[in-house]
Amino acid sequence: MDRILNPFDHFAIPFGKWAEIVLNAIVEFSRPTLLAAKIPVQSFLDFVQGALESIPPSAGILALILLGYYLGGRRLALTGFVCLTFIGLMGAWQAAMTTLSIVISAVAICILFGLPIGILAARSDRFFKVLRPILDLMQTVPSFVYLIPVVMLFGIGDTPGVIVTCLFAITPLIRLTNLGIREVRADLVEAARAFGASEMRVLLGTQLPLARATLLAGLNQTVLLSLSMAVVASMISVAGLGRIVLEGIGRLDFGSATIGGMGIVLTAIALDRYVQAMGAAARDREGRG
Amino acid sequence: MDKDEAFKRFGCVIGVADASFSVNRGEVFCIMGLSGSGKSTIIRHVNRLIEPTDGQIHVEGRDVMSLNAGDLRDLRARKIGMVFQHMALWPHKTIAANVAFGLEVQKRPLEQRKAAADAALTKVGLAGWGARYPDELSGGMQQRVGLARALAADPDILLMDEPFSALDPLIRNDLQDEFLKLSREVKKTTLFITHDLDEAMKMGNRIAIMKDGRIEQTDRPENIVLRPATDYVARFVSSISTLKYISASEIMTAGKTAGDAAEFGPSTPLPVLLQAFSDGASELAIKDGDATLGIIRASDVLDRIKEDLSRV
Repeated sequence: MDRILNPFDHFAIPFGKWAEIVLNAIVEFSRPTLLAAKIPVQSFLDFVQGALESIPPSAGILALILLGYYLGGRRLALTGFVCLTFIGLMGAWQAAMTTLSIVISAVAICILFGLPIGILAARSDRFFKVLRPILDLMQTVPSFVYLIPVVMLFGIGDTPGVIVTCLFAITPLIRLTNLGIREVRADLVEAARAFGASEMRVLLGTQLPLARATLLAGLNQTVLLSLSMAVVASMISVAGLGRIVLEGIGRLDFGSATIGGMGIVLTAIALDRYVQAMGAAARDREGRG
Repeated sequence: MDKDEAFKRFGCVIGVADASFSVNRGEVFCIMGLSGSGKSTIIRHVNRLIEPTDGQIHVEGRDVMSLNAGDLRDLRARKIGMVFQHMALWPHKTIAANVAFGLEVQKRPLEQRKAAADAALTKVGLAGWGARYPDELSGGMQQRVGLARALAADPDILLMDEPFSALDPLIRNDLQDEFLKLSREVKKTTLFITHDLDEAMKMGNRIAIMKDGRIEQTDRPENIVLRPATDYVARFVSSISTLKYISASEIMTAGKTAGDAAEFGPSTPLPVLLQAFSDGASELAIKDGDATLGIIRASDVLDRIKEDLSRV
């Protein structure tokens, strides 16, 4: 009787075991490939990190102010200055640079894969049909869940951190690239073809420039998602601002947790404003004078 | 097989079928039809922007269907200029860059592109606007740019897909006149799509009337009005007065004039005949050279006018 009323006390499938077996098999099978795939990511991250950390803070802030002035005028320059100076004064400069280099590496890899995938999706309805449920799944899976396979396949540390950040942050870039290209007025594309443009020229000269605003909105989302992954990724021993937060929580040291959190927020504000300013067309920039 | 039958049996819609025509060099050939009649599809078959399922396209004797991708692009860039209903200017390029696009595709040097763009813009009355962007121009000016873009590479053929439909009536009229003038100067073989019968009558040396993907009649404008081949065409042209198109040969009756009446040719238009009557003539002799074809009395003309007014 009890078997009928409480079936799960008597019957169970060892799903956890199965998952472990499958994952182990994948790890066994693909370890050499994955380790090889890790190498370029690692060297790119090392390069970015080395570059960012070798810049003295005052020079970095000055560069950001100049870039801000070029992209968005006095206001943007001021935003950049305030954000970075405050991060420095909190004593989080080093950690912020580490986080920033992970975000930059992750975003660069996202662009490298996300842009072509998005373009392909825009050009082929069949490909987009296959891709869409995958993107839906990737956006539904909680960020923590990505950690498990990534740790098993790539180990722990900053490089797996970049990879897990990519997985988490690439979807909006793909989606909005696809959307942006599909939204370009059909007659503008047709006109380019009518005057003899090759498909490559149609893509680079007409579709991508006209989809620019949407593409940059996608890029902006990807940047911010990368940054939001910083804390989660610190669980697999990724350094930077996220680790300060995690350690602060672990030791109930709210002061340092807040510093880490504040650092992430300020970095996010600065990145968001700068990427958005890039979205304004060069023509607007001239017009502003 | 007609459209409904094809839809029932195959679930397909016939876009264009059984619609053959040829356009003479230097001629403005109008394709007229309501929306859904297949006229936009047919113009896109010419440069294969829409791939025909079956059929043949010849441009100057060359079979367009047999061209590979590269040759087709070359044909589009060199031989054919196209003007679109909603201008389709690229908003991120300057006017000059828009106009010179066809030459840019052909990889011509920069100076040549600049010169061609300037020349084309001058032709359409927009000299000096090259550095502006499309959204700084009015609709009429934008379509002039569209025309300049089509002319810049000096193609032999112009494809015009309802080029003036999206414009205000007055501006449309101006642009029609200017295009006619320009067309006589540059002598481009032109395929002109329109849903506006008046525009077709005004622009076309010949007109093809389309219905449901088929051509109902291909003829000179006056023949479309005076001698519609099918009921559909007749209904279509019923709103147009025939008086503008009839000439002496359509009014005259057989017979000989008594005495010496004024003489006119068979293609004399109605207003000239009317003037002769109001100058006091009682009857007119219609002659082709020395041969007398017939006579026209004032009553013949009045009957013809009455007949026209009672049409519809």
